[in-house]
Amino acid sequence: MAHILVATTDDEPGVLNRVTSLVRRRAFNIHSLTVGPAETSGTSRMTMVVESDETGARRVAAHLEKLLNVLRVEILSERPSVVRYLALLRVSAPATTRGQVLLVGQAFRAQVVDVAEDSVVLECSGSAEKISALADALRPYGLMELSRTGALAMARGTLPTVVPLKRPEVDYPPLAMSV
Amino acid sequence: MQLSGAQILWECLVRLGVDTVFGYPGGAILPAYDALLDYPIRHVLVRHEQGAAHMADGYARASGRVGVVIATSGPGATNLVTGLANALMDSIPMVAITGQVGSRLLGTDAFQEVDVTGVTLPVTKHNYLVTRAEDIAPVLREAFAVARQGRPGPVLVDITKDAQQAKTELDWEGAEPTRHLRCSLPAFTEEQVTAALDLIRGAARPLILAGHGIELSGAKEQVLAFAARTRTPMATTLLGIGAVPAQHPLNLGMMGMHGEAWVNQAIQEADLLLAFGMRFDDRVTGTLATYAQHAKKIHIDIDPAELGKNVPVDLGVAGDLRAFLDKLLPELDFHDHREWLGRIEALKGAAAVRDIQSMPDEGRLFAAHVIHDLWRLTEGTAIVVTDVGQHQMWEAQYYHHEEPRSLITSGGLGTMGFALPAALGAKIARPDKEVWVVAGDGGFQMTMPELMTLVQEGLKVNIAIINNGYLGMVRQWQEFFYERRYSSTPILSPDFVKLAAAFGIEGLSVSTREAAVRAIETARACEGPFLIDFRVEQEDTVFPMVPAGAALDAMIRRPIPATPSVLAETGADI
Repeated sequence: MAHILVATTDDEPGVLNRVTSLVRRRAFNIHSLTVGPAETSGTSRMTMVVESDETGARRVAAHLEKLLNVLRVEILSERPSVVRYLALLRVSAPATTRGQVLLVGQAFRAQVVDVAEDSVVLECSGSAEKISALADALRPYGLMELSRTGALAMARGTLPTVVPLKRPEVDYPPLAMSV
Repeated sequence: MQLSGAQILWECLVRLGVDTVFGYPGGAILPAYDALLDYPIRHVLVRHEQGAAHMADGYARASGRVGVVIATSGPGATNLVTGLANALMDSIPMVAITGQVGSRLLGTDAFQEVDVTGVTLPVTKHNYLVTRAEDIAPVLREAFAVARQGRPGPVLVDITKDAQQAKTELDWEGAEPTRHLRCSLPAFTEEQVTAALDLIRGAARPLILAGHGIELSGAKEQVLAFAARTRTPMATTLLGIGAVPAQHPLNLGMMGMHGEAWVNQAIQEADLLLAFGMRFDDRVTGTLATYAQHAKKIHIDIDPAELGKNVPVDLGVAGDLRAFLDKLLPELDFHDHREWLGRIEALKGAAAVRDIQSMPDEGRLFAAHVIHDLWRLTEGTAIVVTDVGQHQMWEAQYYHHEEPRSLITSGGLGTMGFALPAALGAKIARPDKEVWVVAGDGGFQMTMPELMTLVQEGLKVNIAIINNGYLGMVRQWQEFFYERRYSSTPILSPDFVKLAAAFGIEGLSVSTREAAVRAIETARACEGPFLIDFRVEQEDTVFPMVPAGAALDAMIRRPIPATPSVLAETGADI
């Protein structure tokens, strides 16, 4: 099944490469990946949907946590969480069908964000299934372009339930350096 | 005072306690090499950068310190890749410094430009691209901290030429690393200690799986105390050899694909496995479907990602082995496990007749006899650095290591060509120790130009080439699993003695056991390096052998010598 992992990382060049390279090297597939700045400046939030069983998801998380640039990893599919996708859809909309296109959009609570002579651009957010359903409903009218994001996710409930898995406050005993 | 980036590089290395680096100069690292002349650091000029990486690796394994390797951009850096991968697989602390083209040329396919941080990403614990002189000190200090911390590993620092040339102030205190502390592990919980004690108390047939982590953690005394208090036998991984003394009465020997038969059998019969700093590699488990079915498993490892990775465990503890055992030891009760130890003794007795030591040589030279004689004559006190293949397994079986860090071998990656350069690094780290290379004729030819490095550095290292005219381990697999179709495994070698002579190294070629013994004595007495070409049996086989993917107790065993008395004694199957 698909698991949602959220990694908070340093916002530095190359960090995305480190994360994706690691997931690839450990033989997991990334379904979708959404990256953007997190609440603290200098950090990024990467939301990743990985196809795997539960053990596999935990393995990916454990490997990710070892990366120097990763501050913490949460597996959101293990707890109640909000998951949203965003899509932009350009649909053919000449005068003859424009009304029907806009009705379909309304039914899915999509916003019209651009209107041209013979087409409109709709914006829709929600579950992956909802966006797929909207795209399917619009296809008969001429779906000209589809651009959709990967998952964005956040745990439900109060913040303290989000336990940082890496703890910066404890130093570790040094290696046995002498022979 | 303003220093150049190159001067800051060496100033930092000196302050980090580095006294030796292994490397090879080139265009993009020239500023660093120029500044090197003014700093008290020994530079070992290698013949190929792969050799430098293995030397730093051998240096780190022999000493426990961070090995440092330096190379130029492009081909210099890509030649390090095998050595970095080798160090990563075996958890060896190393820092590699590479020159890079000037920052304004980055991405233009400039001469000798390669995306080194990209290429080395999956074979390093972490890597850095440094384009400003003021970043060199913080990056180097962090690189050393990362290389050492937790599960050690190699870190690469790629420094552009202009960063080496630019001048800036060195702010040593301001460069103190903190980010690596993010990867610190939380303290053990009382629940983990209690759970471990419960499993230990409930066990009738416990077995310690002793891995490399014992050495890295410095937990030898704690492990021995644990074994003695609870009378728990120990089996070692390949890299766990030497972590606990070979002659310790509770040390059964090596486990796994070429482990002792009684060890693998004991693992399959155990009811509790205590995995101390090991990672259940496929070479020690055989097929996981039938692995240690009756055993509960406690796994203690510094790397949380190892827990449950290959084998599901009943208790996984992420942390320092020594610290965890220190918590357990005062709580342990005495057990005698008489029945269990008796059972293992019986397994051992049945297998002993198959030991090649009890077989006559009939005028022929067997590799196992060579290793046995080497062990006997060096009284088991040498540092032995092996290559990869049959000789490596014979070394592991017949050289009994009593001290940590006395067997240096490429375990996880299985890198042929490792032995000679790694032995140079080991000798530089431990000039007080007798150092032997044990290599096959194939692997030795991969990195033999480092013989000249050996001579240039004036090092006393003895070299034993186990020469059977084949890539022996591959030949053995072809014999068992490919109907003896010896595809590209017969290998010609030069006259190794003449070759050694061309490098200014003395040598002998031997093909009988008597001559072998004399040659080992001659090599040890010789002041300089010495090479022995042991012409051993060509189609000899490493027994026992667990075929890849088979159950751990489904071993191919050495045929029993066909004397009626022996057969009658054991009644064992062939």
